[in-house]
Amino acid sequence: MRRPTEGLEIDGFTLGACLHRGGFATIWDVTHALYRTPMVMKVPTILDGDDGPTIVGFEVEQMIMPRLTGPHVPRVMGVGDFADLPYIVTERIPGGSLLDLFKTAPRPLSEVIEAAARMAAALHDLHKQHVIHLDLKPANVLQRPTGEMVLIDFGLSRHDQLPDLLAEEFTIPMGTYPYIAPEQFLRHRDDLRSDIFALGAMIYELATGRQPFGAPEKLRSVRKRLWRDPVPPRAIDPAIPEWLQEIILRALEVDPARRYQSAAQMLFDLQRPAQVTLTDRAHRIRKDSAAAVFRRWRKMRRVTGFGTPPDMQTQIDRAPILLVAVDLSPDMEALAGHLLRSVKRMLVIEPDARVACVNVFKTARIGIDVATDDAGNSLHVARLVALKHWAAPLELPDGLLTYAILEGADPGQAIIDYASHTHVDHILMGARGHSQTRRYLGSVSSQVVAEAPCSVSVIRLPQRNAAPIPT
Amino acid sequence: MRLAILTDIHGNREAFSAVLADLEQRQIDRIVLLGDLVGYGPDPEWCTDQAMTLVTAGALAVRGNHDHAIGDLSETMSTLARRAIDWTRPRLTDAQKTFLAGLPMTAALDDLLFVHASADTPEDWVYVTSDLAALGSFGATKARAIFCGHVHVPLLVSCDLRGTVREQGIKPGLALPLIRSRRWLAVVGSVGQPRDGNPAAGYAILDTDANDLTFRRTPYDVGATAAKLRAAGLPEALAARLMTGD
Repeated sequence: MRRPTEGLEIDGFTLGACLHRGGFATIWDVTHALYRTPMVMKVPTILDGDDGPTIVGFEVEQMIMPRLTGPHVPRVMGVGDFADLPYIVTERIPGGSLLDLFKTAPRPLSEVIEAAARMAAALHDLHKQHVIHLDLKPANVLQRPTGEMVLIDFGLSRHDQLPDLLAEEFTIPMGTYPYIAPEQFLRHRDDLRSDIFALGAMIYELATGRQPFGAPEKLRSVRKRLWRDPVPPRAIDPAIPEWLQEIILRALEVDPARRYQSAAQMLFDLQRPAQVTLTDRAHRIRKDSAAAVFRRWRKMRRVTGFGTPPDMQTQIDRAPILLVAVDLSPDMEALAGHLLRSVKRMLVIEPDARVACVNVFKTARIGIDVATDDAGNSLHVARLVALKHWAAPLELPDGLLTYAILEGADPGQAIIDYASHTHVDHILMGARGHSQTRRYLGSVSSQVVAEAPCSVSVIRLPQRNAAPIPT
Repeated sequence: MRLAILTDIHGNREAFSAVLADLEQRQIDRIVLLGDLVGYGPDPEWCTDQAMTLVTAGALAVRGNHDHAIGDLSETMSTLARRAIDWTRPRLTDAQKTFLAGLPMTAALDDLLFVHASADTPEDWVYVTSDLAALGSFGATKARAIFCGHVHVPLLVSCDLRGTVREQGIKPGLALPLIRSRRWLAVVGSVGQPRDGNPAAGYAILDTDANDLTFRRTPYDVGATAAKLRAAGLPEALAARLMTGD
């Protein structure tokens, strides 16, 4: 096996300067005659003899990374054989990791929200590719000049469709202690909500300047997070809004079932602070009492897990964001009722779905729109009231229902834009009957079906054609 | 190069045809047959002819214990297998018998080794049923990947740099990377008589460029084969086993 040195040539790559020397790997600047992109090479530091953990971690990275695509992961340019020199060459993301940013925490609210939303978007993209990261921390997040967060270091990750080489290798919990989720501490490596927990811990740190569970060094201290709740962020800085505390503490729930069920649902809240449903979490001003913690300790001290999550695809599918586009005009009442029943039926099979009800306020292409009626009431508010009234029978629990009034000259495009921006998984909408107007205007639903970035179900009232007259 | 690896066809024409039809759609460069073309099933003649045609066209084939028992009456077998092989033997032509008897015990292609049972003593027909049972095979060859059959239950085992063997989960239909830091052994399941509870024909595709292995299952008309077995007067247990895949 060769050792990396400056000037070494391997598989067409030429090693430049060593950029970083870590405990488990070195990072080198590399060039290749055929690639112009700036690149780096990661080489594991394999000590002579028995160095199982480093080898297996790198095997995992070599398996997972080439399968990932998109802006939220580094593009892989080459992978090296263990027989010669094990390496992974990726594009070089300029700038350092978020570690520098976190060193200056607490950060202003706007920065916290933006970083949190971008990290959630990156995480959702990773989960959709069947990977649970399992080692999210500031040092493992980079940012592109265009703003997208890039997740790196997949040495502890779990790909749902590949053998889990790590599970067989270790008997101690693997992860980074300030951020590790309780179930991951209990050695479960199959729950994507473990990443939601780590993300919550990072947002906590960015907003408060403190790590929610400190920086424990011993396993015993890490275990405490099974019963000891963190100091509520607002107790550290009252300027942190209640809604942000709600989001952070929900992500940090001990039982994964009480957290956000997907990074997309967390992102949804980060993008719509005004619509975050505030629960007891938002109002906490101090840690729980010793008595409450003692009760939890008695319950949690023997816990070994929180119920096995289903396979990854089911985990991804079961917490979708549904967009329901409702037409509230008087002649569409029957259709709106039909649509409501369809949404109800869908919620039976997808109880964790997040429902976004939207109504499109069609604006004129030219001219000034009238935003108020003659009496000065906001038409926007009137629509919102009507939309809430329509959705009330869904009886959805807190936080799973939101409303939006979209505006646009092109209603179909407004729905499509909203769906792609919000990572919507499924659109439900009604189709009007056949009429002269519709023929003239074109169909909104067919436009959405053709162009939306997700599945679309079109609900139509049963056509009641007159029976043909026998001749 | 994409290799289709088939084993334990066992005279099951319907299963063999279904797999070959499936391969037609999957850009396969070469077929490898890991033995036991005959025995148990009602169409040993057709299956042997088909294998002869494939070998003439470039397929690799090795000998299985049932193929061997056609020419070697002393081969020890279970009662069920013995009854089926005694039924099979007079149906085969001399040319078919010569073909079966002439099959090699192992075949190699680059850094891959093909064998019917355990690679350390192929003629003893040792079952590779677990990671520990694969140790013998890993010790007997330097091949980077070993492919075998005989067990009728798919299995994937890795052997790392320290020589530790680990069974790896199989996810049918998904490409599993045979990472180069380890050596690999795969039991590819059975085309003609699966015993893992899934009656669909089992086989595997190895992509040597992508360096990954995909275990596949192809459904076939099990009822038709079972009906033939019954019509031929072969033991009912053989028909029943096909229906349930165990």
